Amino acid sequence: MIEGIPLHLILVVATVMFFTGIYGFLTRRNLITILMSIELILNSVNINFVAFNRYLYPQHLQGQFFSIFIIAIAACEAAVAIAIIINIYRRFTTINVEDVSEMKY
Amino acid sequence: MMLTASQFMFYFFALAIVIFSILTVTSQRILRAATYLLFVLISTAGIYFLLNYQFLAAVQITLYAGGIVVLIIFSILLTSHVGVKFDMVGWKKRLATGIAVAIGAILVITTILQYQFEASTEAARAVEMRWIGLSLLSYEKEGFVLPFEVISILLLASMIGAIIIARKEEKNESNN
Repeated sequence: MIEGIPLHLILVVATVMFFTGIYGFLTRRNLITILMSIELILNSVNINFVAFNRYLYPQHLQGQFFSIFIIAIAACEAAVAIAIIINIYRRFTTINVEDVSEMKY
Repeated sequence: MMLTASQFMFYFFALAIVIFSILTVTSQRILRAATYLLFVLISTAGIYFLLNYQFLAAVQITLYAGGIVVLIIFSILLTSHVGVKFDMVGWKKRLATGIAVAIGAILVITTILQYQFEASTEAARAVEMRWIGLSLLSYEKEGFVLPFEVISILLLASMIGAIIIARKEEKNESNN
């Protein structure tokens, strides 16, 4: 643990980051920026896991392993999402979510 | 009040995370948003270093900052005109989302601050690289072989999926 820093402070930072990500997810209209907001959300969850691991259960390492797994899943998700985005761009020549509504009705 | 070095570094990284994550979701130029995201991820790696998780911080830098952000920047270069400011949604939507998000954040933060976490006093376990590798492949107590195998299958599947989705469709190939 970091000397002189309570656990609450790290959790508050992660919370702010999480809700910023949600704000971006809801207000952005570009697919790539939506993807970046998702990365923010996943990253804040990682900080929570690691902080809980270090402060409350320092003799185990579960939090660290789950952070590693989340990072791997984020990498998978980014790769597939970018493949889909590039395919959408090829077909519609835009990645604005409001213009890509061919299957909506 | 004097701050120790690690306290100062924590406040520095926390401030950087908050400022740059807000800039990431509000910047109107997409390449700048990607750069701010890179700063957020590197500051997160700094917090991992402060918490003594060196391996995790290294993974964070190589995979997030080196892999995902580079992938995002490449796809930005392929799909957007760099330097074009894109339109924001209307101010009503932004205001409504901002209020909803602020309410959620205040709710969560007050809940966190009210709860008394009992910090453990046991000695921290040193994170050795050898031990990480052994427990990823162990199927005994505190072994993680099942999620490890599931992740490897997920990686393989998403790799194949990404290649097939991003491939160009061949037009009427009938010579075979």
